[in-house]
Amino acid sequence: MGKKVALTGNEAAAHAIRQINPDVIAAFPITPSTPIPQTVAQFIADGEMDTELVTVESEHSAMSACIGAAAAGGRVMTATSANGYALMWEMLYIASGMRLPIVMAVVARALSSPLNIHGDHSDIMGGRDTGWIQLISENSQEAYDNIIQAVKIAENKNVMTPALVAQDGFNTSHTIEIWELEDDQKVKEFIGEYEPLYPMLNTDEPVTHGAWAPPNWYFEHKISQLKGLLDSKDVVEKVGKEFGETFGRHYGLYEAYKLDDAEYVIVAAGSVCGTTKDIIDGLREDGVKAGLLKIRLFRPFPYEELAETLQSAKAIAVLDRVSPAGAQGGPLFTEIRSALYDTQSRTPVINYTYGLGGRDTQPKHINSVFETLKRIVETGKVEKQFDCLNLRGEWR
Amino acid sequence: MAEKLLNWDEVLIGGAIKDPGNSKQYETGSWRVERPVWNQDTCIQCMFCWVYCPDSSIKVDENGKMTGIDYTFCKGCGICVEQCPTKPKSLKMILEAESKGKTEEELRKEVFSSEK
Repeated sequence: MGKKVALTGNEAAAHAIRQINPDVIAAFPITPSTPIPQTVAQFIADGEMDTELVTVESEHSAMSACIGAAAAGGRVMTATSANGYALMWEMLYIASGMRLPIVMAVVARALSSPLNIHGDHSDIMGGRDTGWIQLISENSQEAYDNIIQAVKIAENKNVMTPALVAQDGFNTSHTIEIWELEDDQKVKEFIGEYEPLYPMLNTDEPVTHGAWAPPNWYFEHKISQLKGLLDSKDVVEKVGKEFGETFGRHYGLYEAYKLDDAEYVIVAAGSVCGTTKDIIDGLREDGVKAGLLKIRLFRPFPYEELAETLQSAKAIAVLDRVSPAGAQGGPLFTEIRSALYDTQSRTPVINYTYGLGGRDTQPKHINSVFETLKRIVETGKVEKQFDCLNLRGEWR
Repeated sequence: MAEKLLNWDEVLIGGAIKDPGNSKQYETGSWRVERPVWNQDTCIQCMFCWVYCPDSSIKVDENGKMTGIDYTFCKGCGICVEQCPTKPKSLKMILEAESKGKTEEELRKEVFSSEK
């Protein structure tokens, strides 16, 4: 049994990293994730960790150093946000292509321009196709739990794929919540020792990493990589179950909140799910069959399982905390709609963009979404497939 | 190409390569558009070609003497010809297509007979 602490989401991530005690961390500060490497640096200075902390000159260098250290055979972690994550871009593909199980805490934040340091999902959604496993956390407890699980998922022999664990900038990262900090030793035992597949520092078995693959090899390597990423789905489920058995908090691929018989369903990820659950509790008291499908694993996207859980829905609203940027809707929306295409129910699905650049999403806004879903079921008509929550001026 | 092409579920994870020195299996000679031809009669054994060759394609015997060109790996870059200090040059580039079906000795005579 862990002990209850009152700390921020960033501190939750830092404590997880302290307990994991990786061989190497290479990081560069950027709001709102700065307190993660800052707190970790303090832990190292205080002798609570023996991690080699590499202070680099950019996030591109941070991920490059992580790749080198991971290829050498180390357990490696880092943290970043927004433009820092964007600057890592090409190295993210190299980390996943080289199958290096680096674990990264991402505090999700808006991308410039206009310059904004507040929470949204522009960064992680922009990087959704970099081949990394993506776990999204609702609160500090999940950020802490997911980072610990991510190590075990990424390092699984069938997976060997880097993983990021996202939490919402400021909503979670800078908010003090009460959560359970587990015993150091118990966490250490849970993640176990890391056994790298082909460590470069093993001079008895020389190995080349990062070699070139001409047209007659590249395709096979990318599909081999895809298999590793897809195989992580079962491992996410298995590790989530083991985590529940060990620490009492159970995790699956997603969280179904009052979803069994739900007719009006919101699909969302991150801190907005807390507000949504609160609204659902109120609606349920009034006899309204409302429910939430909370996305935990976004990559690989467990489309079959998610479509199955949505079969009772009569109308669905998908909340994306990112601009659709010219697509038919936000990334979560297009995934959910696509997942439902192969099922019997062709439920109306609408899409909202919300919370850009730290814009508040309040109970009344979530309420308005459920109102719209009820109207769709009553009239059988979708007036707007795409809309914005809490935007000044009507979207048209 | 001498290497065995593996299926996607046979390749080593992350593109790692466990057998060192396997670039020998990659026959870069197939890239060649032009090839160097060597004239041993004027060669002074300065070994400049051997020093500058980016593909270790200058063949050398046990006495350290240049003995010819390894056409399995020579990409035909022409650096050896550029570096050759003799006058006239002891290495010359010809079109690969014009070398088809001819022995090295025949080519040498053809290329260098007009000189001297």
